Amino acid sequence: MSFVSYLINGISLGSVYAIIALGYTMVYGIAKMLNFAHGDVIMIGAYVVLMMITGTGVPPMAAVLIAIVFCTVLGVVIERIAYRPLRNASSSLAVLITAIGVSYLLQNIALLIFGANTKSFTSVVPIPAIKLAGGQLTISGEAIATIISCIVIMTALTLFIKKTKAGQAMRAVSEDKGAAQLMGINVNGTIALTFAIGSALAAVAGALLCSAYPTLTPYTGAMPGIKAFVAAVFGGIGSVPGAMIGGILLGVIEIFGKAYISSQMADAIVFAVLIVVLIVKPTGIFGKNIQEKV
Amino acid sequence: MALLEVKNLGISFGGLRAVNEFHLEIEKGCLYGLIGPNGAGKTTVFNLLTGVYRPNEGIIKLDGESIVGKKTIDINKAGIARTFQNIRLFKDLTVLDNVKAGLHNHYKYSALEGIFRLPKYYKVEKAMNEKAMELLEVFDLHNEAQTLASNLPYGKQRKLEITRALATEPKLLLLDEPAAGMNPNETQELMETIRFVRDKFDMTILLIEHDMKLVSGICEKLTVLNFGEVLAEGDTAEVLNNPEVIKAYLGE
Amino acid sequence: MKKMNKMTRNNLITYLIVIVIYVIAQILVMTGSISSLLKGLLVPLCAYVILAVSLNLTVGILGELSLGHAGFMCVGAFTSAFFSKCMVDVIPTTGVRYLLALVIGAVCAGICGILIGIPVLRLKGDYLAIVTLAFGEIIKNIVNALFIGKDASGFHFSTKDSISLGLEEGGKVIVNGPQGITGTPKDSTFTIGVVLILITLFIVQNLIHSRSGRAIMAIRDNRIAAESIGINITKYKLMAFAISATLAGVAGVIYAHNLATLTAQPKNFGYNMSIMILVFVVLGGIGNIRGSIIAAIVLTLLPELLRGLNDYRMLIYAVVLIIMMLFNWSPKAIEWREKYAAKLKSGRKKNAKEAV
Repeated sequence: MSFVSYLINGISLGSVYAIIALGYTMVYGIAKMLNFAHGDVIMIGAYVVLMMITGTGVPPMAAVLIAIVFCTVLGVVIERIAYRPLRNASSSLAVLITAIGVSYLLQNIALLIFGANTKSFTSVVPIPAIKLAGGQLTISGEAIATIISCIVIMTALTLFIKKTKAGQAMRAVSEDKGAAQLMGINVNGTIALTFAIGSALAAVAGALLCSAYPTLTPYTGAMPGIKAFVAAVFGGIGSVPGAMIGGILLGVIEIFGKAYISSQMADAIVFAVLIVVLIVKPTGIFGKNIQEKV
Repeated sequence: MALLEVKNLGISFGGLRAVNEFHLEIEKGCLYGLIGPNGAGKTTVFNLLTGVYRPNEGIIKLDGESIVGKKTIDINKAGIARTFQNIRLFKDLTVLDNVKAGLHNHYKYSALEGIFRLPKYYKVEKAMNEKAMELLEVFDLHNEAQTLASNLPYGKQRKLEITRALATEPKLLLLDEPAAGMNPNETQELMETIRFVRDKFDMTILLIEHDMKLVSGICEKLTVLNFGEVLAEGDTAEVLNNPEVIKAYLGE
Repeated sequence: MKKMNKMTRNNLITYLIVIVIYVIAQILVMTGSISSLLKGLLVPLCAYVILAVSLNLTVGILGELSLGHAGFMCVGAFTSAFFSKCMVDVIPTTGVRYLLALVIGAVCAGICGILIGIPVLRLKGDYLAIVTLAFGEIIKNIVNALFIGKDASGFHFSTKDSISLGLEEGGKVIVNGPQGITGTPKDSTFTIGVVLILITLFIVQNLIHSRSGRAIMAIRDNRIAAESIGINITKYKLMAFAISATLAGVAGVIYAHNLATLTAQPKNFGYNMSIMILVFVVLGGIGNIRGSIIAAIVLTLLPELLRGLNDYRMLIYAVVLIIMMLFNWSPKAIEWREKYAAKLKSGRKKNAKEAV
């Protein structure tokens, strides 16, 4: 029974990673950059939810919505101020280093405002736990909410990208920015939309993550952010189903690693997986091979 | 024996047959042109010859030795050097250093000898400086030896790229659209430069070009590529008057 | 040749700057006009300077972003501290023991550099950044989970706790998991640190101005062109990365032999340290070795001098980092700067004309 319990926890954690990974993979595929600050937007989202609930007593769902709006705006603003000016910089290192700076900035702003003390998070999930198999297996409400959210978001996003004009614009920009522009697509707007969606998802991920693992510090977002990037790479960066598969696989590996090998080494195991994947198949499970034009 | 012998060269990308049954023979010392409409596959042929792509089938022989499947680095060591459609200079290195980089495989000393400044370092660096300046003088770039490559005007950047390629002491020089972006004066100067390179360095040159004035001005023989296949080949005047060739360029 | 002189002159200036700063610092120490806080920073400062130069070798000269240099520093620190602590009685001469510790720390870090580099340097830039970050975290995790003890029958290893080492009477725990290594001989001195800085400069500057350095920079500027002129990409990438890792290991040795207790925390061997060093490199100018030295010194000492701003230090770093990147790399900013410089030039000419 404990195996199944671990499996479900793994899928639940993996679903959070999947939601975060989606943000990474979309931004990487469309804006061609690694948004290092993505993990920290998650943290900001969680703090906003916490502030709203404890400070103003709004119902949890409303708090999450406010956080989503806040993070969306934050993401778009960051893109406009810190990333867009460097989009055509002579070196791709430039925007990467700047993203690191933004990540650091967010962490330290949170540190100044909220302090380094761990805050205890109240879950926003109203679903009660389910007991199965005659009481031997308990599935927490958070796990259920996480997995369902992941499925809903994936489906919605896939439909959005396939069926809407904005979604097609995103695909065009990810294939060839120059051509998309020449065809009249608003590249700036499309990229801004990508960041908006990614950041909104980050807020949701923050709420779900802290509901399941209710400790919150300014550094809470960093590690899941990195792991979610691992998941995105694992599944094939730029691929939406890849982010989902990669995220869930990674969550399962991490939980099983913690349970059966060692809690401390679990992180190391996750990273070792990344290194192995990058060596064996750098483009990930669903990734495409992009040749540099000579 | 021809310097370059290519037979039945072919490559597909996914479902697209980019180059098909391509053949080419270049005698030593010849100034050969590869022309064709845009998208015909000319740069793809260059990439196949220099090992950037591996062909699906075909033979490529340089001086009788097969170079199919070899890596770009080894093909350069075997004797093929190239320039690129979009000039690929080392932007943050000086003009002199760009050429010295080209001398890398002919003037050697180990990293340790460099770090600890052993006598071999000074000896070889001196020889490299002399050789590099010699080459730069040939192309009238010696006055800009200390200029950053990215600060050179376009025409001189092209010349620098050719100088750097020559520094690798190749047998065959591939020039990919060397006249791209040049005005008629610069093109005229380039034509003289290319002829001069062939004469002074005893070089065999294969060039891709769209500028017909340059092609008819200096190329001795041509191969016309259309949709990845050889449309015509032979002496320049003949090929350029071939009605099929004219049709391919101008359309029906 | 004229060129040699200019280049050697530039290099010499950098050595001179280091020596002058050393002399000034020593004078301040000997006349007691330096606070004990600043005095205590002198040795770590040397470590940070070497770290910054080593990272600039990877980021500025090779052109690859490594976010795990703290990991190489960690390897150098712990391997050398382990060695020194074990050998305290066996090799009583401090100089010899420290030299050996340096060699061991450097070599171990270098080997890690090669092992990580081989699979990872062929990845695209963004991936390399994440993988090196991952490596740094893995090293930190492993070190924190490591228990090593020594007794009469030899060495014992454990990854659980110190009790499961099963040490006999009189046995000592050397590496105590998260509590790290205690009692490393404090052999690092400011003078030794400065000497090592000068040696680092010697290695890095000579490498840059040599055939291998040209190859490395060619790869940075245009990998495809470098291949086309016969440069072995993997070999030179690995060379730069390995030397960079080795030097980071040396920094770790200096750092470790200055602490009573050596622990691998996020603050000193994790992500935070890697970012701090990156800030030094970016601020000093990517590719500018002298700049890295000055930035490391200024950014390490300044916060101590401006104690009031201490809480905001990291925040200021982050803001400065972002602004510097935008200012130096955004095409619009570069355009603006060139226009401004041209205006200044023509303004000066105008003034000169009017003056005449």
